[in-house]
Amino acid sequence: MKPAAHDFVAARRRLEAKAKSAGDKLTTVEDAAARVQDADVIAAGGCLFSRTPMALVREVLRQRRHGLTLVRNLMCTEGEFMMVAGAVERVITAWMSIGLPWGVSKIMREYVESAKVTFEEWSHLALGLRFRAAAMGVPFLPTLTMLGSDLVPVGGMKTVQDPFTGQVLGAVPALFPDVALLHVHRADRFGNCQIDGYPHMDADIARAATTVLVTAEEIVPEEEIRRHPDRTIIPGFLVDALALVPFGSFPHECYGLYEADYDHFEGYTAAINAQGSRAVTDYLDRYVYAPANFVDYLDLFGPDRLRRQHALARELT
Amino acid sequence: MTFTPSELLAVMGSRQLKNDTTVFVGVGVPLLAAALAHQRHAPQLTMVIEGGIIGPRIKPGRLPISTNEMRAAHQAQMLPAITDTFLFAQRGFLDYGFMGGAQIDQYGNINTSVLGTDYWHPKVRLPGSGGANDIASLCKEVIILTAHEKRRFVPRVDFVTSPGWVDGNGSRAKAGLIFGGVSRVVTTLGVFGFDPETRRMRVEALHHEVTLGTVRANTGFELLTADPVGITAPPTPDELQMLRALDPDRRFLS
Repeated sequence: MKPAAHDFVAARRRLEAKAKSAGDKLTTVEDAAARVQDADVIAAGGCLFSRTPMALVREVLRQRRHGLTLVRNLMCTEGEFMMVAGAVERVITAWMSIGLPWGVSKIMREYVESAKVTFEEWSHLALGLRFRAAAMGVPFLPTLTMLGSDLVPVGGMKTVQDPFTGQVLGAVPALFPDVALLHVHRADRFGNCQIDGYPHMDADIARAATTVLVTAEEIVPEEEIRRHPDRTIIPGFLVDALALVPFGSFPHECYGLYEADYDHFEGYTAAINAQGSRAVTDYLDRYVYAPANFVDYLDLFGPDRLRRQHALARELT
Repeated sequence: MTFTPSELLAVMGSRQLKNDTTVFVGVGVPLLAAALAHQRHAPQLTMVIEGGIIGPRIKPGRLPISTNEMRAAHQAQMLPAITDTFLFAQRGFLDYGFMGGAQIDQYGNINTSVLGTDYWHPKVRLPGSGGANDIASLCKEVIILTAHEKRRFVPRVDFVTSPGWVDGNGSRAKAGLIFGGVSRVVTTLGVFGFDPETRRMRVEALHHEVTLGTVRANTGFELLTADPVGITAPPTPDELQMLRALDPDRRFLS
């Protein structure tokens, strides 16, 4: 029996027992993802269709993990993939679907309404504070959010009385994931990571998790990190494995580098509307299981599409 | 000038926002309404978007479909982490929370989680809170923009995702929500507020050519009425032109 996800003492002991190396972390995405075990609680960085660790998610699916809990503040297609592939039995999130134009996720509805997957809902801030509490090494954080709502009993938020003023506050438990899956703009080979644009919750997730797996758009020389150390948001000693994966979030976006491929989402959701979860099974065969590596995967989209999405990103940033 | 229900909503929403304020804003019509207010009468309004975006300038024709993408972050002044973005609201820096369509009840509670009475075995699983609960809990004043339909305006929501006045009277503060609350519900039929004591929804103003009877026929609970009930001025050509320039493809305005 594993300790509870909010057991801060056990989480601290796990870190104390772990090597915190400043050494070389560079490996393949296959090798990195092999650190995920069945029944792990995994947290994915980014948000919705932004900076999703798609190459790592794809590899976790290829390695046929199951019994996972996926934690992500806002979930998108990666959550649907994990549901249909039978990889997850529980999701912890604030929101799940693809985006406003595509309505409520039919896959989420099918899997949650039939109780095949448990949907543990928190408010966006409350979930962020769960990662923040874990990143701080404390068992909970007080907050003014989520009180008075029916979300309180869902995930087990409690209340606590402020010892100074007597005011009732929400108490959100820390969430220490077993594994963090993150995608960043650049890192050196030692795992010192920099992110451009919105940082989402990645820095807290990296501090909260026991094992941290990272893919990067670019591996840069050590000197480049040392020239701009203020830009580093995850220090190398937090990171266990690092892989170079350009377009590693695609068809989701990576700030400044490529815009999300909305046309691709359009085709994906149209197929689901026509065929239900069968369409996702077919999609996984084509995009996850068939291509032997991420380069072959990107070939399915083609270089013109990647160039177009890059140009669209440059217009906006 | 004629206009669509979404255009009416965006214009009426924009008029709620005062200058020299901050607004936590969702995508779609609320974002258009805030952008219109910024261009027209509130040049010193700062928009905050939950993906971690402060002070963006929306690029006409490239409207975001989510709260965390480059279209939402165009020319932003700051891109903080998501948790820190919400903490601006918890600290009290956000004057308005500006939220979109929803199932809403007479106390302004909103449901975007589940239909049915058992959370763990829902009849319909909806996307969830996202930041809506936090906006409803933490902003100084929450303004809801929604189409006015009987199926949306229910006596009691199946599930309180985002608390308004909870069960009315002092129940919101008693639950620990000592700040904020829903001040306005702007719909395609009128502008609604809440009785200061009971916190039940009441009609403040009707849009041009809308009758109280129409509003009552499209509402699933008994509405109180302000005395007197006002009438809103229809959208002006100036407002509509500015609004349409923001969404030339009519993604959200049609």
